[in-house]
Amino acid sequence: MPNKIKGNSISKSISRRGFLKGAALGLASTAIPFGTADASVWDAFLQKHFREMNEDEIQTVIKRLEKEYDKKFDTKFNIKTTKAMPGTLFGYGLDLSRCIGCRRCVYACVRENNQSRDPQIHWITVLRFKKGEKWIDLEESEKYYYPGAVPEEGYFYMPVQCQQCENPPCVRVCPTKATWKEPDGIVVVDYNWCIGCRYCMAACPYGARHFNWAKPRIRKEELNPETHYLGNRPRYAGVVEKCTFCVQRTRAGRYPACVEICPVGARKFGNLLDPKSEIRYCIENKRVFRLKEDLNTYPKFYYFFAT
Amino acid sequence: MYALLKNFFTVLKHMARGDKWYYIWLAFLSFFIIAGVASYIRQLNTGLILTAMRDQVSWGFYISNFTFLVGVAAAAVLLVVPAYIYNFKPIKEIVLFGELLAVTAITMCILFILVDMGRPERVWHLMPIIGTMNFPSSLLAWDVVVLNGYLAINFLISFYVLYKMSHSKEYSIQLIKPLILISIPWAISIHTVTAFLYNGLSARPFWNASILAPRFIASALSSGPALMIIIFQIVRKVSKIDIDNKAIFKIAELIAYAIGLNLFLFGAEFFKEFYSGSIHLAPMEYLYFGLHGKTALVPWMWSALIFNITAFLIFLSPTARENFLTLNLACVLIIAGVYIEKGMGLVVPGFVPGVLGEIYEYSPSWTEKSITIGIWATGAMLYTLLLKFAMPIYTGELRFLSKTGK
Ligand code: SF4
Ligand code: SF4
Repeated sequence: MPNKIKGNSISKSISRRGFLKGAALGLASTAIPFGTADASVWDAFLQKHFREMNEDEIQTVIKRLEKEYDKKFDTKFNIKTTKAMPGTLFGYGLDLSRCIGCRRCVYACVRENNQSRDPQIHWITVLRFKKGEKWIDLEESEKYYYPGAVPEEGYFYMPVQCQQCENPPCVRVCPTKATWKEPDGIVVVDYNWCIGCRYCMAACPYGARHFNWAKPRIRKEELNPETHYLGNRPRYAGVVEKCTFCVQRTRAGRYPACVEICPVGARKFGNLLDPKSEIRYCIENKRVFRLKEDLNTYPKFYYFFAT
Repeated sequence: MYALLKNFFTVLKHMARGDKWYYIWLAFLSFFIIAGVASYIRQLNTGLILTAMRDQVSWGFYISNFTFLVGVAAAAVLLVVPAYIYNFKPIKEIVLFGELLAVTAITMCILFILVDMGRPERVWHLMPIIGTMNFPSSLLAWDVVVLNGYLAINFLISFYVLYKMSHSKEYSIQLIKPLILISIPWAISIHTVTAFLYNGLSARPFWNASILAPRFIASALSSGPALMIIIFQIVRKVSKIDIDNKAIFKIAELIAYAIGLNLFLFGAEFFKEFYSGSIHLAPMEYLYFGLHGKTALVPWMWSALIFNITAFLIFLSPTARENFLTLNLACVLIIAGVYIEKGMGLVVPGFVPGVLGEIYEYSPSWTEKSITIGIWATGAMLYTLLLKFAMPIYTGELRFLSKTGK
């Protein structure tokens, strides 16, 4: 299995002789790419902030990235840059009384969004609580539960992912503006601009941001080549990533992967600005709450109980 | 031009010369620097996965050391205040060594930030004009500005003074006075901004307490000058520079007040958290008693508290602080105490328990330790060389040619 995994192995043991070679390579590839013949390394190094590029520049970058990915993964990638539709503000609903804690959403998300399989990155965390116990400070929750079958007697579940805050602390603290809120309310990261300082991870109250502690590895046959620049295109070591409400799907009029997969229909998604949308109906007619409302982050992620 | 080159070589030649101990010391430091660089290259190759940091505890040992060193960097300010404002002669003469220490400490801070970054080659994104600094909203952007500004100010002051001295000229106090005056609030600002960096995060209740910035300043004003006292004694020993005991004892007295204040603020924090006992008590509980059987930091935190209190008692008593044996003991204790408290004791409980209630016990990996020791060795090397350059100018043993070629 390991040799099927694309990208560099992280468990490569470094022999004494190989060490110096590795050192030289490391300086060349990870640090500033002096002396490489390949001009695209310099292009990558000098790439501008996504929001400061004009259409032409963006297209050049997309072509270069597609070529890079092709070389790296031996797969033809399609990287879209679809803009936010005017008049949309995406919102999400999750019915706690329905969720059975099966974690299908977790793995559907991983497949859709090209998360690293080794080391594992999950954008959705499902928390398990014992019924009748204190739960709002989340300290009694269990993230690592391994049931034989779900739902388990005496427990309930609460999945947590990026809440797409209207007032996102992660955006406020980022020193380089590498993460921002799009007009349709989705908080995105420019993986080519993020410096990996992880200040946003300290600022996020929902544990929604994840760091590529090593080079992400995905098997070729598990790649999803239909991507968006701000969404599920493959990431790099040393940058932060997070849930984008499947921007590559939702801007094309589809549901996020987690909504589609949920076997009990616990997950709802739609346009908060459309008064006739299902999400609006749920918010107006059910008992809703948002996580850690006391922090004034104004999540666009609503939890609700049955009416 | 000729004079400049010639002077440059004089300096080089001078720095390369020393007794046996000087070479042993440099070799000793070089060993750790090389080991650190080797670990860093591995970390660059493999990623930060070689550290013990994970999504749950996303800052660790590097940022802890950074925070401690920001405190050390302001040591200079405590010396500048009495020296220039009140014209306290014995301290004024040694302020220069404090400023050089500030230069060293800030350089180390920058190194600690660089090794913590996931993409260090993108550091230019963080620079004015060519990058996209998130002003005024990101405290990290502010920190970049105040730290580099502080570095520049201290560099300018100390090198101007050294330049003048080395050409046997009196330096003009009119010229550097504005810089010195500005360096005082600036030193406070580097602490404050660094404290605010944590303080502003409502997601992390342990940091989100107003007492954080005052405690930063109080603890920095205890540990930084203690380090200076030790350095002054070394300088006295290895050079002809005469540092008045009066200066050292004065600094020791000031340290007593700073520790007293720090302990008081700590007591206030401790009372508020434990008496009210809200859910935000958890990080404090983790630090001092452990949480759900996880107690990694407990022995460290109690040691730090005992160190701080013992040091306080010694600094408070005039007989104890004027005896070099107890004085040095107290200096070591307070440096260690603040290093624990303002380092791991500050950074880790921000993340434990995590925002989703998870308890991930963090303790630095070998890579982190080796890189950290490497940076400390680099700092020690830099300060040694700076002293080696500054001391003979100070005593008049080293003089340069001026442009006229005299
Ligand atoms: S949940 Fe976290 S990552 Fe998502 S927008 Fe809010 S602060 Fe940012
Ligand atoms: S890790 Fe990246 S996105 Fe997060 S604050 Fe730092 S630069 Fe911004």
